[in-house]
Amino acid sequence: MSARFVWRLMLGFYIALFFAFLFGPLIVMGVTAFNTPDYPQVWPFEGFTLDWFAKLTADRNLMEGLVNSFIIGAFVVALSVPLGLAGAILMTQIYRPARSLYYLIVVSPVLTPGVIIGISTVIFWKDVTELTGMQSLFNGIFLATLGQAAFISAYCMLIFLSRLQRYDRVQEEAALDLGASQTQVFFDILLPFLRPAIFSAAVIAFLSSFENYNTTTFAILADKTLTTVLAGRVRAGTTPAISAMAVVIIGVTVIGAIVYEIVKRAELRREAARANALAAA
Amino acid sequence: MTHPFTAALIFATPLVVILAFIAMALLDRRRRGFVQGPGFFQRNGTPIAIFLIGAAVFWALILIVFPQLYMVDYSFHPKLPQIKRGGPEDIYTLENYRYFLFGSTRNTDHWNTTHLNAFWITIFVSTIITIVNFAICYPLAYFMAQVAKPQTVLKLMVLLVIPYWINEILRAFAFRILLGTGGLINNVAIAAGLISEPVDFIGHDVALYAGLTYAYLLIMMFPLYNAIESLDRNQIEAARDLGAPWWHIHLFVVMPFAKPGIASGATLVFMLCAGALAAPLVLGGPKTLWFTPIVYDRFFQAFNWPQGSAYAMILLLTCMAFVSLTMRLFKVSLSEITR
Amino acid sequence: MSADIELDRVTIRFGDFTAVKDVSLRINGGEFFSILGPSGCGKTTLLRTISGFLEPTEGAVRIAGQDMAGIGSNKRPTALIFQNLALFPLMSVAENIGYGLRVRGVPKAERKRRADELLRLVALPDQGDKRISELSGGQKQRVAVARALAVEPKVLLLDEPLSALDLRLRQHMRTELRAIQKRVGITFIYITHDQGEALTMSDRIAVMNAGHVEQVGDGRAVYDRPATPFVASFVGENNGVSGIVEDIAVGMASLKTPLGVLKGRAGAGLTQGALATIFLRPEALQLCPPGAAPDLTAEFVNSAFEGNFTLVFLRAANGQPMTMSVGRGADIATLAPGAPVGLTFSSADALVLPLSRNE
Repeated sequence: MSARFVWRLMLGFYIALFFAFLFGPLIVMGVTAFNTPDYPQVWPFEGFTLDWFAKLTADRNLMEGLVNSFIIGAFVVALSVPLGLAGAILMTQIYRPARSLYYLIVVSPVLTPGVIIGISTVIFWKDVTELTGMQSLFNGIFLATLGQAAFISAYCMLIFLSRLQRYDRVQEEAALDLGASQTQVFFDILLPFLRPAIFSAAVIAFLSSFENYNTTTFAILADKTLTTVLAGRVRAGTTPAISAMAVVIIGVTVIGAIVYEIVKRAELRREAARANALAAA
Repeated sequence: MTHPFTAALIFATPLVVILAFIAMALLDRRRRGFVQGPGFFQRNGTPIAIFLIGAAVFWALILIVFPQLYMVDYSFHPKLPQIKRGGPEDIYTLENYRYFLFGSTRNTDHWNTTHLNAFWITIFVSTIITIVNFAICYPLAYFMAQVAKPQTVLKLMVLLVIPYWINEILRAFAFRILLGTGGLINNVAIAAGLISEPVDFIGHDVALYAGLTYAYLLIMMFPLYNAIESLDRNQIEAARDLGAPWWHIHLFVVMPFAKPGIASGATLVFMLCAGALAAPLVLGGPKTLWFTPIVYDRFFQAFNWPQGSAYAMILLLTCMAFVSLTMRLFKVSLSEITR
Repeated sequence: MSADIELDRVTIRFGDFTAVKDVSLRINGGEFFSILGPSGCGKTTLLRTISGFLEPTEGAVRIAGQDMAGIGSNKRPTALIFQNLALFPLMSVAENIGYGLRVRGVPKAERKRRADELLRLVALPDQGDKRISELSGGQKQRVAVARALAVEPKVLLLDEPLSALDLRLRQHMRTELRAIQKRVGITFIYITHDQGEALTMSDRIAVMNAGHVEQVGDGRAVYDRPATPFVASFVGENNGVSGIVEDIAVGMASLKTPLGVLKGRAGAGLTQGALATIFLRPEALQLCPPGAAPDLTAEFVNSAFEGNFTLVFLRAANGQPMTMSVGRGADIATLAPGAPVGLTFSSADALVLPLSRNE
């Protein structure tokens, strides 16, 4: 009994420590955003202020970066979701060893440091755009989109692959048998089935793009995104304005993540209910 | 201008590959010599089939393979002004790799100690951080996967998912606030009379290593949890009934089962650590040695792209070596790691 | 609206494996035609070939006289009801039924009208707005039928659609399906491994084994006059005793077996001195009345009361198990395991078939 109690105590202590480690630094950073001193300081707490937030909106670089981050995020979603989808569908149709080879190629960016993807994207497209005379394409937004899409598409593909494992091919045959063309089957049967995965993939793709730094810092060239502006600021010096920005970003991401989780869970519940009803019937 | 050969490679290969794919798809049935349902085009319909092949080739070749091959090629060329590229001076050379090992020709040292040390420290510290992260995460992952009640798991999950999406620059910044000379820990320690002078955590790389450990903690957590979660609780019960001590159960029942998750978490944490850029930039002191910022400087301070490519190649090869080592060590396949 | 179907020397191979061997069949328009066989006999492969998911390696499929080679399943006048039904779970009942019309560009109002009409036909009026997951097994069955009929096929193909249902529902759906077929008047090709289904519903049955057709005929012919030993033992229970043909005369054959000389109707292809099997249905066997000479003897093993009859399990003198069904009046209560039992049968109820006719 007492040994058990000691175990439980240790477990509780460990879990508390774990989450203190996880959240402590973030909370500390959050608090500094509301403290008056010029240097991000939690303690002593000299006075409550919202000035640091007001400074943010006046920061033009930051706003420009934010707009670019959104644009790139949208482009990445528009590119990665179809690419991941095509990759996943192809993976289910081609045979070994072509499948293993293809998987190796498209999954390798997930295991490659982001800086390398950024570097290779820049040097490749520099010459390609020059050779083709399309120098206007050699810009930060285009390259950042392509660089990020290289590995974000793999995230999307993995999401689609796990959904496709539960796909019943007979559905397709049934639609064909009723006279649908293969294209109609794709849009009427396969895409509706993949809808939850498309949603997941889009959210994951956008978040991954939005918070990416390693690939973007190379691929963005002379342009800027939120993360590159942020990195520049943090390197230049520590001011509570960065903390304020962190509070905003964390707030937005957390809300986004929570909304995403809620929507996904609701979808899962509906699906589970459907499966239960099927099993009961 | 670049070499005509490279140009040919860039434009001709995708076309050849697409044609090869289409030919393969069309010949698929005939080559197999028996009926195996509809062929690729019949099965997907021509528009969709073209989209699938086009997208797959675009992604695999244009976004991944070509840039990487291009980088390899680039790393074997000297640094030249744009105008001279493709000219007589543009030869294949090992200069960039030589530089990594031996440094500038004017260098009096035998070896390029700064870069080599940074490289070894990066690998060594990344390995240590990977192990530390595993040690920190394993108990909680096990607790959530096998011990805790479903409601508790749900609550803990929410607590874990929220910080998961926070930018690594902000994570690093938080540690700077915590560990800077005027940071919280120094302020508190001085006020408590523990120390009289602030400790330079950043100059001594403590901040960097702590920040890296912190940044990739959850990358280890989720694969580990998923792997342990699929272990049948009866197996643990059975081992316990047989009188196995708790450490024995973990070492010989749970961990072997969770191998794919461990391998997955370990490769990702190692790769992210060794390739980390934000944390060393933000938390590194003037004397900090880390490999990625050196690669970064090749591009943005030395403006030496070929050398930067060579350094990136070295980093890439290191990560590939680590991944294949992990795969061999844990006897898992690539698809298990990237699940 | 119905159409003849002709399978002309159809062979289907998967690599080295031949799933269907040289099958020729003619299915008449408006017929309820069953293909009966054990699992793996090639019947589903044959059905998928008719519906266009597979192309025959050799031979041709003709529907209403037209060769179907190169015509995809979405262009054939057939509709298939899948074993697992394959209803679209993300569409409502009405959307499922209307799907085939939708892809043909039929306007929405017309689709709705057709769906309502078909739901009445399959006795599911006003259920169009339900989700598929809200239906019971039998209701799903009907929706699948309605969905297939919506495209007005000339031929309806059914791939063991009743196998997932429980016994009572299955029996009910048999009559239901047969009634629907009579009402719409199109050709039904029904695949099953359940001889009961085939016998009750079909106009004609093809019995398939190991990729080829053993016999085609109506239910009575297949049951009473099986053409091959396989059909004899697959359709209904049968006791087969092998031996050598001693004598053939006026349609009757005597077979010398380890259980004595047994006499029955002579099947086609019998030759004197060749190996053959005599088939005795459980209901053809009778207990020998006291004092009479039995045709064969066996010992009692046990019995199973089935309600209106009782199955008696026996072991013949050569150790071979045999089954006999006896009516309510039969006196078997006194039999102990191992007790000798004398059996008689009328030689008109026994059938002698040559071994290895198809080999």
